[in-house]
Amino acid sequence: MREGAVNRYTLKNAGLFQPNFGAKKWTNPSTTIIAVTFDGGVVLGSDSRVSAGESVVNRVMNKLSPLHDQIYCALSGSAADAQTIAEIVNYQLDVHSIEVEDDPLVCSAATLVKNISYKYKEELSAHLIVAGWDRKKGGQVYATLNGLLSRQPFAIGGSGSFYINGFVDAEYRKNMTRRESQEFVVNALTLAMGRDDSSGGVAYVVTIDKDGAEEKCVLGNELPTFFDE
Amino acid sequence: SLQFGTPRSVFITSLIPVGTSIMAVEFEGGVVIGADSRTTTGAYIANRVTDKLTPIHERIFCCRSGSAADTQAIADAVTYQLGFHSIELDEAPLVQTAASLFREMCYRYREELMAGIIVAGWDPRRGGQVYTVPVGGMMTRQPVSVGGSGSSYIYGYVDSNYRAGMSKEECLKFTAEALTLAMERDGSSGGVVRLAVVSEQGVERQVILGNQLPKFSTV
Repeated sequence: MREGAVNRYTLKNAGLFQPNFGAKKWTNPSTTIIAVTFDGGVVLGSDSRVSAGESVVNRVMNKLSPLHDQIYCALSGSAADAQTIAEIVNYQLDVHSIEVEDDPLVCSAATLVKNISYKYKEELSAHLIVAGWDRKKGGQVYATLNGLLSRQPFAIGGSGSFYINGFVDAEYRKNMTRRESQEFVVNALTLAMGRDDSSGGVAYVVTIDKDGAEEKCVLGNELPTFFDE
Repeated sequence: SLQFGTPRSVFITSLIPVGTSIMAVEFEGGVVIGADSRTTTGAYIANRVTDKLTPIHERIFCCRSGSAADTQAIADAVTYQLGFHSIELDEAPLVQTAASLFREMCYRYREELMAGIIVAGWDPRRGGQVYTVPVGGMMTRQPVSVGGSGSSYIYGYVDSNYRAGMSKEECLKFTAEALTLAMERDGSSGGVVRLAVVSEQGVERQVILGNQLPKFSTV
């Protein structure tokens, strides 16, 4: 055990996303998050459930957090950890963008998140997907799971994401239109929320392109239905 | 700490049986069943061409997931009981009867067993039927059912792509694609895809080899 490191087996009282009661050896981020690139930008999506054990403590939580005007991140894992990382990176990006006198790159935001996730990987249990649009490379999605940094055409995360691995593998196509990507994200979230009891509520969708970020909330009765409903 | 990819320990202590992807779909006139072909002992693949589709009667099959020893023993016992029952009745047994026998055993010995079974077949009274008997011993009839550790990854795909009233060929394609996706993501599933169609005409089996599996590319 490293000196000063927090024992990750201790109870995390403030862990809203996953309460770590007892000797769980690994974290089970109770969320579904997804980010997809399309021709001209990115679409991010998340569910809205925050559970502590069996009880839902917030059924309308927006897990898509702005890091800058055209860069957002999707939070999963321990709520406290994820929110703190997002706030710190938001601050660091502001300072950075003032220094360079320009909008920050998505890659910079993702690297800042990765640096925190990697340095404190024993203490933290949060996975942030960073996605946005910049002038240099257009729409980009970065996964920062556990301290790695990986640019991908799309990324999924959280406990609900296990159930939609097959769906996103089969249905993702490169160069979808803006509308198709939004539908893809909403379909993926709905399928995951239908099977994962730690995900649910409404679907938050953020679309980012060269003109800015557009936030949307898809209510429960507006979500698509599938064959057994 | 979290490893890259899904640590196998996630499945050992969860209720999902380890090391398999199995699936069964009803269509008008019969059922299509499918499974991967990997049996693992720890990290070693003990059998890479396993046949997890076990005949219980002439037109009733079961797809086995979980402990290979447990499921083989249960399947043998049910095969005997069903054969005896069918002789007494002097006609082909119902699929529901086979499923009930599985359920009876899986529920009674639920503490000792680790078995997730999908029972599927055709009988003259109700046509093609799929019954799922997961770990714990409940039984329910479903138009499509997936099981095994690889099944978690394809719930979204199956939910979105299943339609009632598919033809036999569409069901075969749907099953092969779903199992391929599961095998691509689950380390404990892999090998070839074994399929079988059970209908009034009997049983047709096929194998899809690794290089002939449907391709999904996100590159």
